[in-house]
Amino acid sequence: MSAYLSVRNLSVVLRGGPRLLRSVSLDVAVGEVHGLVGESGAGKSMIGKAILGILPRAVEIAEGEIMLDGTDLLRLPTGERRRQIGASAALIPQDPMTALNPSHRIGGQITDRLVDILKWSRADARARALELLSEVHIPDPERVMASYPHELSGGMRQRVLIASAFAAEPRLIIADEPTTALDVTVQKQILRLIGEMQARHNTALLFVTHDLGVVSKVCQSLSVLYAGMIVEDTDVRSFFTGPAHAYSAALLAATPKYTDPQASLTPVPADVIEAVTAEVEAFEARWRRG
Amino acid sequence: MADPLYQVRNLKLSLPDMTRKPVIGRAPQIDILKDLTFEIPKGDVLGIVGGSGSGKSTLGRALVRLLEPQSGSIRFDGEDITHLSENMLRPMRRRFQMIFQDPMSSLNPRRTIAGIIAGPLNLQGFDRVDRRVDEALEHVGLPVAFRTRFPHELSGGQRQRVGIARAIALKPEFILADEIVSGLDVSNQAQVLQLLEQLVRELGLTLAFISHDLSVIRRLCSHIIVMQHGRIVENAQTQAVFDAPEADYTKELLSAIPLPDPDQPWV
Repeated sequence: MSAYLSVRNLSVVLRGGPRLLRSVSLDVAVGEVHGLVGESGAGKSMIGKAILGILPRAVEIAEGEIMLDGTDLLRLPTGERRRQIGASAALIPQDPMTALNPSHRIGGQITDRLVDILKWSRADARARALELLSEVHIPDPERVMASYPHELSGGMRQRVLIASAFAAEPRLIIADEPTTALDVTVQKQILRLIGEMQARHNTALLFVTHDLGVVSKVCQSLSVLYAGMIVEDTDVRSFFTGPAHAYSAALLAATPKYTDPQASLTPVPADVIEAVTAEVEAFEARWRRG
Repeated sequence: MADPLYQVRNLKLSLPDMTRKPVIGRAPQIDILKDLTFEIPKGDVLGIVGGSGSGKSTLGRALVRLLEPQSGSIRFDGEDITHLSENMLRPMRRRFQMIFQDPMSSLNPRRTIAGIIAGPLNLQGFDRVDRRVDEALEHVGLPVAFRTRFPHELSGGQRQRVGIARAIALKPEFILADEIVSGLDVSNQAQVLQLLEQLVRELGLTLAFISHDLSVIRRLCSHIIVMQHGRIVENAQTQAVFDAPEADYTKELLSAIPLPDPDQPWV
């Protein structure tokens, strides 16, 4: 299984400042769901943004490769890079309210991308949008196409965004905390839907989340991030049966489990934080010398 | 069983539905709480769970009388507070306090930590306010040096501790905690919950803990109320809710929680 997305030694720096991502490497194959976990500020979303070329202005890529289907995106001229990303990758964002334009109807927000970027005809794009909306189990696609975002529930809006992400048949989807804003019951439906769509369209899926429970349900492999450095990269089964890194183990212990209330909810111990911080510092010192 | 601290009878509360408000005229009322009856015994830690829109936050706000119910009654320590005026409530407010979900928006960004904690103490006419601020900081495990800091200089977990310090500084009998750990990372979440457990023990608090997360509730609470569409669908001891849930909605909630275990069947 060769990787569709292959990130190699990616470093992102704050312009004129410190490194935010420290030589990050990860692979996601077609048909695979790879989790990216860590606490807030660890740099999870930053990796997704770097891949999609939507990093904020204040940061830049210092070095590394982002290979998409064998092509290094960072070596392409800007226009070509953006076209390549637009045609082969898509994002499922966290907050369905801010990702949809509140003053435009749903229909246009799905079809505009197909028409403007991929040069489809309006009729084709509209037919495709209707087909996708029924694929994500929206009961009345015609009505939803004509609705405004505020007329839909949070779960419905997230379905629309999933439909929209799959519209142009991307080979890579980056899902950035797609269910964090949802209730557990709706979360379950949406996670199943994402899994179903991913399997049917055979895409590579990078799943950014802070919830290890969710990882154990949807991912086959995962990377654990601390302070911009990947401390563990493994398959889901080995991770949940015995995480290799002390920090991963501590993160797992801090995750609440209603089946085992006494064993769960232990904060990450101070000595584990000290050890992993020292590891990051040593890594940083080697990088500066090299 | 000890005397109940709260006695809630046939509580009904409706709020204006601003999404259907005509340009001119009053917004139609929408029923949020539909006939709730329950008690909170002294020293109990009550969990209130439900999906978004179930009315759990509205119930919390009614308990600390940030909202006035339409009908029914709320008795706090024997006294009917359902329709008390703000003037009558003010001296009582010391006794029931609230900790909010988002510490960034519930702590005044222009005041120092000491100023934030001292605010309600001054309002309630406490003496030796400085010392009480120090004690409260110590109770929640924050250094006294934080007195002169501002909220933006603190991490999310530290800010939530300030919210807790502000509530316990008044030596309340009851604290309402509304989704106070849902914005935190698991490690900070665990720390704040351990702190809350310890405070309940040390200060003899009665606590109502609103959350959408049953895993967190299980660890902390002795008693659970499950809400759906403004009604209580289940009200039982924590152990019973997890061992043998009665309401379909409770079963649905339980089965939807993704446990960090790849072997848990989940479809």
